[in-house]
Amino acid sequence: MVSYLINGISLGAVYAIIALGYTMVYGIAKMLNFAHGDVIMVGGYMAYCSTSYMGFGPLTSVLFSMLVCTILGIVVEKLAYKPLRGASSLAVLITAIGVSYFLQNAALLIWSSNPKAFPNLFDLPQVQVGDSVVTSVALVTIASCIVIMLALTFFTEKTKMGKAMRAVSEDRGAAALMGINVNSTISVTFAIGSGLAAVAGVLLCSAYPTLMPTTGAMPGIKAFTAAVFGGIGSIPGAMLGGILLGVIEIFAKAYVSTQLSDAIVFAVLIVVLIVKPTGLLGRKLTEKV
Amino acid sequence: MKKLSKHSIKGFINYGLVIVLYIIFQILASAKVLTNSLQGLLVPICAYVVMALALNLVVGFSGELSLGHAGFMSVGAFTGVIIASSLKNLVPFGPARLILAIAGGAVLAAIAGVLIGVPVLRLRGDYLAIVTLAFGEIIKNIMNCMYIGVDSRGLHFSITDEASMGLEPGGTTIINGPMGALGITKISSFLAGIILIVITLFIIQNLVNSRAGRAIAGIRDNRIAAEACGIPVTKYKMMAFVTSSALAGAAGALYALNYSTVVPKKFDFNTSILILVFVVLGGIGNLTGSIIAAIILTVLPEVLRQFQDYRMLVYAIVLILVMIITNNEKASAFIKGLFSKKAKKEAA
Amino acid sequence: MTEIKAKKKQEVKLVSVPSPYIVPERNAGEPLVLEATHLGIDFGGLTAVDDFNLGMSKNEITGLIGPNGAGKTTVFNLLTKVYQQTRGTIFLGGKDTIGMSTTQMNRAGIARTFQNIRLFDSLSVEDNVKIGLHNSIDYGMWQGVFRTPAYRKQEKQAHEKAMELLSIFDMQDEANVPAGSLPYGAQRRLEIVRALATEPKVLLLDEPAAGMNPSETSELMDTISKIRDDFGIAILLIEHDMNLVMGICEGIVVLNFGRIIAKGTPSEIQNNPVVVEAYLGKNKENKEEKNPGKKGGKNR
Repeated sequence: MVSYLINGISLGAVYAIIALGYTMVYGIAKMLNFAHGDVIMVGGYMAYCSTSYMGFGPLTSVLFSMLVCTILGIVVEKLAYKPLRGASSLAVLITAIGVSYFLQNAALLIWSSNPKAFPNLFDLPQVQVGDSVVTSVALVTIASCIVIMLALTFFTEKTKMGKAMRAVSEDRGAAALMGINVNSTISVTFAIGSGLAAVAGVLLCSAYPTLMPTTGAMPGIKAFTAAVFGGIGSIPGAMLGGILLGVIEIFAKAYVSTQLSDAIVFAVLIVVLIVKPTGLLGRKLTEKV
Repeated sequence: MKKLSKHSIKGFINYGLVIVLYIIFQILASAKVLTNSLQGLLVPICAYVVMALALNLVVGFSGELSLGHAGFMSVGAFTGVIIASSLKNLVPFGPARLILAIAGGAVLAAIAGVLIGVPVLRLRGDYLAIVTLAFGEIIKNIMNCMYIGVDSRGLHFSITDEASMGLEPGGTTIINGPMGALGITKISSFLAGIILIVITLFIIQNLVNSRAGRAIAGIRDNRIAAEACGIPVTKYKMMAFVTSSALAGAAGALYALNYSTVVPKKFDFNTSILILVFVVLGGIGNLTGSIIAAIILTVLPEVLRQFQDYRMLVYAIVLILVMIITNNEKASAFIKGLFSKKAKKEAA
Repeated sequence: MTEIKAKKKQEVKLVSVPSPYIVPERNAGEPLVLEATHLGIDFGGLTAVDDFNLGMSKNEITGLIGPNGAGKTTVFNLLTKVYQQTRGTIFLGGKDTIGMSTTQMNRAGIARTFQNIRLFDSLSVEDNVKIGLHNSIDYGMWQGVFRTPAYRKQEKQAHEKAMELLSIFDMQDEANVPAGSLPYGAQRRLEIVRALATEPKVLLLDEPAAGMNPSETSELMDTISKIRDDFGIAILLIEHDMNLVMGICEGIVVLNFGRIIAKGTPSEIQNNPVVVEAYLGKNKENKEEKNPGKKGGKNR
């Protein structure tokens, strides 16, 4: 029971970290970045390569994969999304899907479709919590999630860039008139989101150590669900949504059915949205008449 | 009255296009120009065209983004397979069984459309999109653990495993969980596909140019104004959504009965997205565009086969470039400039 | 519960205005097509409109004026149930409209235009009007799909009716133009036509003359009066152009901070010190005092 809960929170923490990227990008660029899940996969492969081929230590490999993903995020934003600023949201959505296909197929070419066994980066003993044993990866995941959450809250509340980000997400036009560089703010958001995706990729692959070009797809969709669940655009919402989603998924797997666990997760999302149409912590949308 | 005739001209162009395409493909097929794999794509192309048209009714005319239309295709596909398999002895004539299977698939998908539409259509924008995505995944998941078989006593269901259906020794399993439907008798044909496209065009085009179609488009353009004009918004959103899901179900039945096996995984998020790509690239609200985009994008990966591993990469790049060129003023001006320069040179 | 309700009713009676008519001399005895009593709405803790009372009989043009932010458009949103009121009652043709939606309000006979124009931009001018005619046509979805004789007959009638309505503003030639590409003034006129197509008993016009030049405005004044006479409907209009308001309204209601501060005929309103104060502020007794009409220029 306790171990289910901790595993659930740990899986949820990974979803939460991914969902943060979704939610920040959505808040600022108002786009559903479907390629976000594939950045996770790239992050996983980067950590895999840097430890297996380049002999990096755990920490350096995480930093290396964050660096690569951050650059990737900025490049993708500049090349694919920036030319579409102001275009219909559907056009941006399809472009994001194109980017997603691109990353998946590029990974397929480079690393083939054979699953890679992800190395154990956190070689720590299992931990006894009450009567049950929990893997250390789970605890590391939860800890990193808390650290990221705190850092991000500090960043958006206290720093100049963070305030600029909030201003842009509130009203892009007004922010630009106040002298905020909207383009660089959006770039920074993509950079942070992609860097977080790399962390999530490493944590995800440490918990479920098989790495394939499609590894990021399903966690990506679920994290997106988590972001909507908590109220898309809201940072605490993404956190809450992610953790709830992880816990529900693990409990559904344990007590109901492994095959139906995804269906249950999505069903809960639907129920929540019917009761609260903008998610748990989302702001109410009002249309001015 | 002038305008009515303009609409009908547009409509006739689409019917004409479909019939011309049918004749061309028939000639190519009889001249043995088509490769086997391309020949095998004829029915799927028809199914995808119907899917694209159906989704365009929701995305283009009703203005709601659905990311789960493959779910309706799935409901239609497996319903169609069940009907076709269980009526094998009762209705030995293939085309008649196909009609029943497609109709049955459409009806069940429409019921699914009503069940999903009621909660979904209360939501707006991206929230609506994510919930359709969720429903699509739920349908896939449920189909993954469905076991359906038939024997002399009738149909048997189970959601745990094959054995628990309690089939008689002579009974056959129609749907076997994640393995999907096995041993389907192929009764779909290219002609049936073309007829289904024409029926779909007939329903959508006439619906769009009627009182209901105006109401649907009005709600898309301005919901509050539509309400102030006395339009019952939910009713017309439902009408578009359910019609679309019924057509998607019909397409699913057509698709499934073209293969000997169909797995639930076929109708996942990626398929929903694929169809959305047809709609967006063909032009939102543009039926002719949907038809052409669905055909080209289904044939393209086949044609790109010589690039082997690179084809999906090329496909992705083409997708991104097309979106940028069609939506970015600078890029489209640049392309136009290139062409006009070329034209000038040729003229000179 | 019932006790509290009874108590409230009593209170209500105590503050009730003696006559719902804005200009009793003109309208006394006429049946009311629209009556609002003690209408109010709160947004969170903020009271946007409070104790709004209005009675309108057919063939009556009433102006709703007040400074910016006084709550005029909110009143329209209440009367069309875009917002549900927190307090008070709206009677339409003598019937309580409690629990009705915007759609049902329109069917019950109230139509409106919008301050920030809300047309069906991608549809043609004619189709915009035909959406207004939606509820006067009754063929169903399948009759439309199969183009039955009922479909042909009713579509023909709808076309003729739409053309007839468009002729009010001489817009027949633009019938096939997408509504979104019309010039601003024409869009405002089309909104009026579309609202009329729903066959209302009460028509609410939200700043019909906004963005129009003086000659267009005087043309619009004639047309509004003509609409009232031809259709026999009550018209309630919000307008900042005082020439228009004073020129065609029989009664005027002045709103400030969500409350009615004055009611009466144009001349009564023009000479009402409370109104002048609301528009110009206190202690500013200058030459403009007696001519709030000059304020009309500010929205041009």
